Amino acid sequence: MSEIVSTAEPAFHTEDMTISMGPQHPSTHGVLRFVVKTDGEVMSEAIPDVGYLHRSIEKIGEKVTWHGYVPYTDRADYLAAMFTNQAFCMAAEKLASIEVARRGEFCRVIACELNRIASHLISVGTFGQDIGAITPFLHALRERETINDLMEEICGARLTYNYIRIGGVGYDITEETCRRISEFLDHFEPIVDEYNRLLSYNKIFIERLANVAPITLEDAFQYNIVGPNLRACGLKWDIRREIPYSIYPELEFDIPVGTGEKGTLGDCYDRYWVRIREMQESCKQLRQCLKMLPRGPAIAKVPRRFKPPAGEVYIRIESARGDMGFYVVSDGSEYPYRVRIRTGSFTAMSLIEKISRGLMVADLIALIASLDVDAPEIDR
Amino acid sequence: MKPLINSLPDTVFTTKVDSLLNWGRASSQWYMLFGLACCAIELMQTGGPRADVDRFGCVPRATPRQSDLMIVAGTLTYKMGKRTKLLYDQMPDPKYVISMGSCSNCGGLFQLAYSVCKGVDKIVPVDVYVPGCPPRPEALTEGLLKIQQKMMRERWLVKKPAAEDSVEA
Amino acid sequence: MEAKELYEKTARRFPGKVSEFNGDVLEPYFYVDPSTVVEVCTYLRDAPEHRFEVLSDLTALDLPKQNWIQLVYHLYSYTHRHQAVLKVNLHRENPRVSTVENVWKAANWFEREVFDLFGVIFDGHSDLRRILLPEDWVGYPLRKDYVEQEEYDGISTERAPLVDKLLR
Repeated sequence: MSEIVSTAEPAFHTEDMTISMGPQHPSTHGVLRFVVKTDGEVMSEAIPDVGYLHRSIEKIGEKVTWHGYVPYTDRADYLAAMFTNQAFCMAAEKLASIEVARRGEFCRVIACELNRIASHLISVGTFGQDIGAITPFLHALRERETINDLMEEICGARLTYNYIRIGGVGYDITEETCRRISEFLDHFEPIVDEYNRLLSYNKIFIERLANVAPITLEDAFQYNIVGPNLRACGLKWDIRREIPYSIYPELEFDIPVGTGEKGTLGDCYDRYWVRIREMQESCKQLRQCLKMLPRGPAIAKVPRRFKPPAGEVYIRIESARGDMGFYVVSDGSEYPYRVRIRTGSFTAMSLIEKISRGLMVADLIALIASLDVDAPEIDR
Repeated sequence: MKPLINSLPDTVFTTKVDSLLNWGRASSQWYMLFGLACCAIELMQTGGPRADVDRFGCVPRATPRQSDLMIVAGTLTYKMGKRTKLLYDQMPDPKYVISMGSCSNCGGLFQLAYSVCKGVDKIVPVDVYVPGCPPRPEALTEGLLKIQQKMMRERWLVKKPAAEDSVEA
Repeated sequence: MEAKELYEKTARRFPGKVSEFNGDVLEPYFYVDPSTVVEVCTYLRDAPEHRFEVLSDLTALDLPKQNWIQLVYHLYSYTHRHQAVLKVNLHRENPRVSTVENVWKAANWFEREVFDLFGVIFDGHSDLRRILLPEDWVGYPLRKDYVEQEEYDGISTERAPLVDKLLR
């Protein structure tokens, strides 16, 4: 229950009210709903109610072919669509023992890291907007427009890419695009300092976020919190290092971890700071990839009617929102038997009910924004 | 104002006053943020720095009580259907609806799904459909301009013989 | 630790309740009797040589040919960096099993989702109700024999004729 230090007179009678926050609200995390029991400022409970965007992507997996399912994986997390594409294609390749073309692997990592920067830009921008700082959001959108242009050059689409295919990638990356990516990186790396000036070292921002809703490591394990949220609690865990896949073992990059420098370890500020640092690390990886890009075909030979042998596989990748797991079961036919997508946002939402007791309503907004949940990952 | 609507004869004066009122409304359509899925991100980018929709006077509002345009951006599920109708009813007249993207036009690529409503026009009446998955910001801007053209054709002050105040096509 | 060694240690600890290790597949797994799921999970979480702190995934497979609904548990350990896959077979007509919510809190929402989409009842769950679909939905969609309802809440679920042909 909430700890209210009140100087009001005892005869002043208050009672809790139950308010529904959502599903339509000005935050951009999607259609989420919270049933909040509050006395006006301090909450006693915030129960999440999800399912307003349940598009049955898992059931559709049983009705379309293997190649035809890739656009649906885009929509399972539209802010970081390349990662879901990659995870599904890796699952299909592992089932059928297909080796991916080496140039295709590099193209995949370039596309994925660009997408990670775009996703973190939205996360940081909307975080500022929810707290009240509207301007950095527009700066983030401006940078994201350049990334959208690059994505359009690579694969033709701005948001839902359908780029990573079974065996490699759909289209090759040209020299011109590589040059543009390096120009973008030259422009973007100093811009992160702009965010630091606007947001990260801003006294109001720090006061709003430090010591708010810290997550202990014990809670993180119990509720299966993954990704930047887990790293902000102090554990140095990244799937790209621990369970390596693709060409990540050949790249040199650092894993940023929360340190509790402005408040408690694992509070909202740590989760924000880890994302800013991850954007910088992605830039480093992109530069290395562009230098190491080999020649060759971008996609391996995969039959048109793809029929992997019967079996099941569980693939983990480090998506922008954490450890995304794809559990794919095949029965040897042209259609998958079962596709299961396990996302980090689903379990992060279940944690909100416990952590939000005793918080103020404005801090609930900061908590949701700092966990970087988004509705398609929860509801699929 | 109410006694004047549908009551005056058709003269140059009423046409000009109608045009003035319509121009005022068309140049400041305030849209309600009803972004549901991927199209919501493109809606945000349309309101963003490059394809700036603010230059047409369109400002995002969070509440339906202050908006006269609802842009349904994204997939509509059955669970969300009742809330959509409720929000549409809360908007004051005259109101317009843009259906943005394939999912709200007809169900999109989720027509195979069991929980997706096959088009938002089963729940609210739609004025403009913008195709795409997701539509580019330029496409959505064109949709807004079409709503502007629709608004400019409306006549409010002139007495109509059939006494219906629907919009002429 | 290798998957076979893990299975042998668990089988020694729970004789007769853990069976049928499958080793030469991509993800080695073994079956657990439905009556001892909670004890096996607690042992795997707490034993120092296993230390599976995290329940990565809890999902289900519908196998109408063998008349089972098969629950699949994926466990992971950050300390020892190994994973385990457990499978539990339940009868399709009346699938019931105890909840592992008290072992890992993440199971709360995973089990609600399995209840919502497959109809598996978890005994002892604190709040078993539908999570992704509306409360008054009829049927369990991810089962292989699911038939859609004609209309929901006054909205008809009819599709365009071309799309109907695509549905198998």
